[in-house]
Amino acid sequence: MSTTAAVPYGDTLDVSKTPDIPMARLVKVELRKMIDTKSGMWLLIAVAAITAVASTIFGFVGHNQDRTFGHFLGFAGTPQGFLLPVLGILLVTQEWGQRTGMVTFTLVPHRGRILAAKVYAAFLLAATAIVLAFAVALITTVLFGGTNRWSDFTPIDILKISVGQMAGMAQGFSYGLLLLISAAAIVTYFVLPQVLSILANVIPFLSDKAAWIDFGTAQQRLFNFGDGNLSGKEWSQLLVTGAFWVALPFVIGLWRMLRAEVK
Amino acid sequence: MIKFEGVTKTYGDFTAVDDVSFVAKPGRVTGFLGPNGAGKSTSMRIMVGLTPADRGKSTIGGLDYHAIPNPGRHVGVLLDASAQHAGRTGREVLVLTAMTMGLPDARVDEMLELVGLTETESKRRVKNYSLGMRQRLGLANSLMGDPSVLILDEPANGLDPAGIHWMRSLLRHYAERGGTVLLSSHLLHEVEMIADEMVLIGHGKIVAQGTKAELLHTAGTFVKAEELTRLHSALERAGIKASPSGDGGMRTEAEPIDVGRIAASESIVLTELRPAEGAGLEELFLELTGDHARENVDFEGAMA
Ligand SMILES: Nc1ncnc2c1ncn2[C@@H]1O[C@H](COP(=O)(O)OP(=O)(O)O)[C@@H](O)[C@H]1O
Ligand SMILES: [Mg+2]
Repeated sequence: MSTTAAVPYGDTLDVSKTPDIPMARLVKVELRKMIDTKSGMWLLIAVAAITAVASTIFGFVGHNQDRTFGHFLGFAGTPQGFLLPVLGILLVTQEWGQRTGMVTFTLVPHRGRILAAKVYAAFLLAATAIVLAFAVALITTVLFGGTNRWSDFTPIDILKISVGQMAGMAQGFSYGLLLLISAAAIVTYFVLPQVLSILANVIPFLSDKAAWIDFGTAQQRLFNFGDGNLSGKEWSQLLVTGAFWVALPFVIGLWRMLRAEVK
Repeated sequence: MIKFEGVTKTYGDFTAVDDVSFVAKPGRVTGFLGPNGAGKSTSMRIMVGLTPADRGKSTIGGLDYHAIPNPGRHVGVLLDASAQHAGRTGREVLVLTAMTMGLPDARVDEMLELVGLTETESKRRVKNYSLGMRQRLGLANSLMGDPSVLILDEPANGLDPAGIHWMRSLLRHYAERGGTVLLSSHLLHEVEMIADEMVLIGHGKIVAQGTKAELLHTAGTFVKAEELTRLHSALERAGIKASPSGDGGMRTEAEPIDVGRIAASESIVLTELRPAEGAGLEELFLELTGDHARENVDFEGAMA
C-alpha cells in the first residue's frame, strides 16, 4: 500500500520490469559498428566500388565470346572474395584491438550472445554482397554482354557463389576470433595459403591431396560459373577442409573467448 | 548495493586480489583507495564479470552480475576511459550504448549535456579527445541507462580541478537520490574530497575501511615550529615521542595542549598547532605506497 519514502533504491535490485536485450537489437548494433568507423566504412565502399569497376572494365575490354553472365559474375564476385574475409576479421578483432570489448561485454555480459550477434551480422553482410554481385552481373551483362551473353548461366551458380562468399566470410571471422588481432589475422589469412602452395611444390603428397587439405583449392570450382554442380567428392572436400580451416579455429577461439579476461 | 565476499584472484602464483570483502551502500559514495597495482581495477572487473574470480562471491543488489537483464539499465560502469574505438566520434560511442540498451537518441543528447561535451566536441573522433574529455564521455556512457549503481575506475584521472569539483557534485547528487557509487582512486585527497565511505586496499588486501569521519579521526597533534629540532628534543625530554609528518612538521600522540605547554615553557615559537586529523590515514597510505622512507629524508632536511 504505502510507497517507501525518500530513498528510491534499496539494497536489492528490482529487475522484474527489465526485459532482456533482444538478439535482433544486438545484430543491429553489430552492423552499425561495421560502418561507423572510417576503416569499416571505406572497406564497405571499396567492396561496392571494386565490384562495379572491375565488371565495367571487363565489359569494355573483354572479347565478345567472353562477355557472358558467368564471367561478369566472376568479375563482380572475386574482389568481394578478398574483402569479405577482412570484414569478418574486423567484426571480431575491433573489440580487442580497440578494447571496446570492455564496454560491449559489460553491457551484455553473456559473451556467447555477442558472438552470435556478430555471426548473424557477418552473414547478413555477406548476403548483401552476394545480392550486389548478382545485381552488378545482371546489369553489366545487359549493358556489355556479347552475342551469347546468357549461354553459361545455370541456377546452381547462385548456390555456388553464395557458398563461396559465405565460406570466405566465415573463415575470416574464425581467424579473427582465434587471433583477436586485426593485423595478425589478415596476414595469416592471406599468407597461409601461399605457404601451403610453396610446401605443396616440394612435398608431392600435399599437391596430390591439395583439394583435401587446402580450403582455397577445394573452393576453386565454386567460382567456375557455368560448368554445373560440384561432384559429391568435391562437396566432401569442401566440408573436410572447411572443418579444419573454419570450424576448428572458430571452436578454439570461442573456447578461449568465453573464458578469457577482458581488459 | 555492491557486495564483495572473500573475493580472491590470482595470476600464476601472484595474488592480485586477496580475500577481499566489503560493501558499498546505497545513498553513499564509497571511495576505493589504493596505490597503483593494489588490485582496484581487477576487483572492479570481477564485479562486472569481465574477469572471473578464483574464490569468493561478488553481487550487485543481491544478484550475480550475469543475472541482471540489460545490466546497463541498473549498473553504470566506467572501467577505462581510453578503451574506446579511436575512429568513432564521441557521439557515436554513446549512440551504440543507447541502442544496445534500447534507449532513444534523445538520451544521448541529454547525457552529452550533463557531462558538458558540446555538440562540436561530440562530433570529433575519440582519438582527438583529451583524457579529461574521455573521462566525461565515459561518465556519460555509464549514466546513460539511469542506473542505480555506479562503478567508476579512476574517474577523476585526467580531470582538471574544476572537473573534479564538477564530478564531485554530480556524484554527491546521485548518491543523495539513493544511488550507490563506488569509485577508485590512487590519490588520497581525491577520495577525501568526493567519498563518504572509504575502503583502503594495498597489495590485494583490505587494510582499512569505514566512514571518512571514522578513518580521518585520529588522536594526536600536528605541530610546526620555528625551531623544530629544539621542540623535538624538548618533547622527548618530556617523554613525548614525535615523528615527522607533512612538510616540515611533526606529529605526536600527545594532545595539542600538552605540546603547547612544553613549547611555551621552552619559549619556542609555534607556527602551527592543531589536532592531527587524517594524519593516521595519510601515514597508512604512505606506508602502502612505499613513500615512507622519502618522508624521513624530508624530516631530516627540516631538522637541519
Ligand atoms: N593478467 C595479469 N597477469 C599478471 N598480473 C596481473 C594481470 N592483471 C593484473 N595483474 C597484476 O595485478 C595487480 C593489480 O592490478 P590492478 O588491479 O590493475 O591494480 P590497480 O587498479 O589497483 O592499480 C598488479 O600488480 C598487476 O600487475
Ligand atoms: Mg587501476
